Amino acid sequence: MSNAMTLPQHPAKEQAAPKQRGYWGSVLYRLRYDPVTVFFGCVVLAIILAAIFAPVLAPFDPYKESIIGRLKPMGWKGHLLGTDELGRDLLSRLLYGGQVSLLMGVVPVAIATVIGGTLGVIGGFGGRRVNTAIMRTMDVFYAFPSVLLAVAISGAMGGGAANGMIALSMVFTPAMCRVAETATAQVKNLDFVEAARATGAGTLTILRYHILGNVLGPVFIYASSLVSVGILLASGLSFLGLGVKPPTADWGLMLSTLRQSIYINPAICALPGVAILIASVSFNLLSDGIRSAMDVRL
Amino acid sequence: MENLSDRGGPAQPLLIAKDLRKHFKVKGGAPGATVRAVDGVSFTIHKGETLGIVGESGCGKSTLARLLLHLIEPDSGELVFDGDPVGEMRGISVNALRRQVQMVFQDSASSLNPRMPVRDSIAFGPHVHGKTKAESSRIARDVLVKVGLKPDLFGPRYPHELSGGQKQRVNIARALAIEPRMVILDEAVSALDKSVEAQVLNLLRALKENFNLTYLFISHDLSVVRYISDRVLVMYLGAVVELGPVNEIFSRPKHPYTVALLASRPSMDPANRIEEPPLTGDPPSPIDPPSGCRFRTRCQFAETVCAEVQPVLGQWNDRDSHIAACHMRDPASGHSRATEVN
Repeated sequence: MSNAMTLPQHPAKEQAAPKQRGYWGSVLYRLRYDPVTVFFGCVVLAIILAAIFAPVLAPFDPYKESIIGRLKPMGWKGHLLGTDELGRDLLSRLLYGGQVSLLMGVVPVAIATVIGGTLGVIGGFGGRRVNTAIMRTMDVFYAFPSVLLAVAISGAMGGGAANGMIALSMVFTPAMCRVAETATAQVKNLDFVEAARATGAGTLTILRYHILGNVLGPVFIYASSLVSVGILLASGLSFLGLGVKPPTADWGLMLSTLRQSIYINPAICALPGVAILIASVSFNLLSDGIRSAMDVRL
Repeated sequence: MENLSDRGGPAQPLLIAKDLRKHFKVKGGAPGATVRAVDGVSFTIHKGETLGIVGESGCGKSTLARLLLHLIEPDSGELVFDGDPVGEMRGISVNALRRQVQMVFQDSASSLNPRMPVRDSIAFGPHVHGKTKAESSRIARDVLVKVGLKPDLFGPRYPHELSGGQKQRVNIARALAIEPRMVILDEAVSALDKSVEAQVLNLLRALKENFNLTYLFISHDLSVVRYISDRVLVMYLGAVVELGPVNEIFSRPKHPYTVALLASRPSMDPANRIEEPPLTGDPPSPIDPPSGCRFRTRCQFAETVCAEVQPVLGQWNDRDSHIAACHMRDPASGHSRATEVN
């Protein structure tokens, strides 16, 4: 050890400051070089846009029935994807059905993220009693398989899109809460939180500046992966007659009503299922891509 | 920030700790079982000095540091900061104490928020204490310069883009940003490479001179403590066993534990290797420490009196006092070597 009391010179003296991106900037940068994620991101974007602009894009009225034009094959008289068991244009119904399916997939996840995330952060940062009260309550919901719970809740409240969304929100909230709680508890014990406390910062300030930023990432990633589950579960509920009511166009409901015609025109009957598959796989792979782009070794 | 100038004059100790105690409950252990992490520790820190605290892993050094900032609530004991009792009606609040005493942690990586550019981490402290955003970032730039990092180059970076030494400089900058009078350095250089460690130690010395700081320097590394400290406090199993000026401790240690600790340093002379470790085995469990003197189970001079009576540290009179909690230092204790050693 030298006895020099001068400040040691930093070696990187004249090096130019490298271009700085913020955290989210660097996430976007990494996403751009991931072709799979970019592709499925485009698919998801296309699905969302198709649902939003269904009234413009749909070639026919999705509710216009035709006795003579039932279960016609693809391309019949301008019906690109054929017609369903009541002679309605399937492409139009798939476009409109996307609205309901996406809504039922996204809205419950958003509600669950807000409620579950808030409860989880409180549970993770609060004392042992608060944590026990919140997490044990959530465990009660965990005791049931998610499909069964969704069916039971929406069954008890009666069908309909709104009740279906409430049911799905209740299914997703405990999982969201657990993720937020784990992330919070992990961050809470790191030295920088203790350092912030040593600076004299209050609990709310610490939560705002130091905890939330570190918890939002995992919560957001998990939420994006839940969207595909939400679409599947929503379709399942509709399929069982607990979601939207006929004649509303919805992928799950269409699958249910077309099911009986599977021997007459199997290709047509499978289409709603294909739509569900494409949507949920695309959301899933997009979420995976975002996860790996956000998962920087910090 | 209001003027936090020296109120009691240079003679008044900056921090007095009286009989600090913290016992942690043992989860799943016998009912009532506690880990006596810090068990009756008293000392003073004078203005402008560096007090080194040494001891084995698990002896309560870090718990003691956290007790001083009330990051852990002490079970009992008293803290007096520059004449003001801490956390009492007539004294200063814990928050006021935290404005004047800052801490640098061992793990330079986990003590910085990974999602914040380091300049924001540094500016956080001043901002919490009521500075505007602009003022806080100006302060952050200033302290970055003071710890030898270019603000334009390093300020916008995230912690994972810095080396260990740079991160620890940032941590020091963060601690200095709210202009504390005392800094607790809890193993602050232990995780660094030897060369970087030397740089940071020199930086700490320079900063201390520039800002009239007082350091509490916790380390298990004796040579580092010797280099930076004015006085040294030796801890064993949650209690102080020896306290004195650094040269006294290193040249004339009074407690057998300190002697063993010093002898356990690797020798710089290959012809003079340590053949047998002076201390063997783990320290006894702090859940159920030995009766009397805590060190007696590993002490080669232990006698019956050591098991029966707990030795007292004795009273320090001024900053040059050199005291040890050992029966061999007390002629009235009845230890057979008590007179011979003195």
